[in-house]
Amino acid sequence: MSKRIDVKDLNVYYGDFLAVEDVSINIEAKSVTAFIGPSGCGKSTFLRTLNRMHEVLPGARVEGEVLLDGDNLYGPGVDPVTVRSQIGMVFQRPNPFPTMSIRDNVLAGVKLNNKKISKGEADALVESSLQGANLWNEVKDRLEKPGSGLSGGQQQRLCIARAIAVEPQVILMDEPCSALDPISTLAIEDLINELKDQYTVVIVTHNMQQAARVSDKTAFFNIAGTGKPGKLIEFGNTQNIFSNPTQKATEDYVSGRFG
Amino acid sequence: MTATPLSSSQGAGRAGDKIFSGAALAAGCIILAVLFGVALFLVVQAIPALTAPAAEIQGGAGFFAYIWPIVIGTLIAAVIALVIATPIAIGVALFISHFAPRGLAAGLGYVVDLLAAIPSVIYGAWGAAFLAREISPAYNWLAENMGWLPIFQGPASATGKTILTAGIVLSVMVLPIITSLSREIFLQTPKLHEEAALALGATRWEMIKMAVLPFARPGIISAIMLGLGRALGETMAVALVLSSGALTASLITSGNQTIAAEIALNFPEASGLKVSTLIAAGLVLFLITLAVNMIARWIISRHKEFSGAN
Repeated sequence: MSKRIDVKDLNVYYGDFLAVEDVSINIEAKSVTAFIGPSGCGKSTFLRTLNRMHEVLPGARVEGEVLLDGDNLYGPGVDPVTVRSQIGMVFQRPNPFPTMSIRDNVLAGVKLNNKKISKGEADALVESSLQGANLWNEVKDRLEKPGSGLSGGQQQRLCIARAIAVEPQVILMDEPCSALDPISTLAIEDLINELKDQYTVVIVTHNMQQAARVSDKTAFFNIAGTGKPGKLIEFGNTQNIFSNPTQKATEDYVSGRFG
Repeated sequence: MTATPLSSSQGAGRAGDKIFSGAALAAGCIILAVLFGVALFLVVQAIPALTAPAAEIQGGAGFFAYIWPIVIGTLIAAVIALVIATPIAIGVALFISHFAPRGLAAGLGYVVDLLAAIPSVIYGAWGAAFLAREISPAYNWLAENMGWLPIFQGPASATGKTILTAGIVLSVMVLPIITSLSREIFLQTPKLHEEAALALGATRWEMIKMAVLPFARPGIISAIMLGLGRALGETMAVALVLSSGALTASLITSGNQTIAAEIALNFPEASGLKVSTLIAAGLVLFLITLAVNMIARWIISRHKEFSGAN
């Protein structure tokens, strides 16, 4: 139940401002793809176009194609709501719904669109999703407590459980560890390794060691200067990007000479 | 090198600190003193009416028999106002905060705020001179077709000056308060939670149900309570619109009265025990408002754990 993503000649705009220029990239199913690059290079913006979250901001739009196993996400008649229910997203800061219990947080996506499920099915889904996010053992005795009472790392894993409960094709992660301590970060990275057995995972990260640890392929984005659009500089196997990049800019960035 | 001794105080900064904390303390005390003063005045002035022989109170059956019909009348008018105003206000607030294009939202918000600036006597005049006349055919229809319900029992008032008309006018008056407070709360919903809902595949309405309304719930309750406070205490509009009389179940005949309008209409010509009776009525209104506020706080605190404040 995982699908590949092929992006063709994608331009991303905020109003008239071109934020990301001419990106073409092929993201394999059941693999982890990392986007790295300096701040403001458009990697998060680009990530948000992959589940049509970009257009939530007023004036934001894209040109080009994003194909999910061949189906264009931006084709005529495609409902962004359907796209988002198939491509899950985990955000920079953990964002469980504060007014819902842990259990209801996991079920939040499933209960959308008035889908009805029995209590038994719901219980099983809550357990399997929390197991899948390595959180079950920590919260199984307090499923009715609010999700906001968990630690930051636990909240982030709750958000991952919420995302996988709807059985998406792809999971997008926008710097999922940047607000977490090293131990929670490790727990999330372990989880990402397990998730790729079932899902296509795309992760944006500021942390190059993290990209090197978790990803199969890495894309390096860069920006020529303030006000210029971000571009995809190089995309390849993670090992090659870090040890043997073909572009000078990539080499400078991964070796810490700028950025 | 001479270190500053720990025990020395640096004059000017400390003095400013003391003056500020003193001023803040005084402001806090004044509020309490004013509230206590008003309550004390109401109680002291009301005692003669509460202790007088039943026959001397207006109506001749004691203070309780005098007050309870107008307490019920006050509550009926306020409840009608809230039942009409709350859904409209929340709808308008949601439209302004989450649906309207930016330019329209600003204009609409301004118009709603403008509604709050209209003096209540103007609402009263509008209600009495225009709304009551225009709405009386509807009352006739209700009396004919729904008359089996006690609240729509005929014969309908020919002038339209009924408690239902008063409630409708009150609802227009509380609408801006509830709308602008709700709108402010809706706009404060964290983007984080709205995006969480959208990323799960929620439609706009589902996002509002999932992220906006739960976050805004305590704020909506506060807004409704403030609206209720205004509806309970509103005097001029009710005094002008309502053709008052004895307590009746029917909302579309003349009759019923509210505490505030009762006080306003009778106070200028009152003397002696009558003044005391009206002040006792004011005390009752004060207690109702107090109780409403305490219930609202209790409702809000009951869900504190899930409020998102932690």
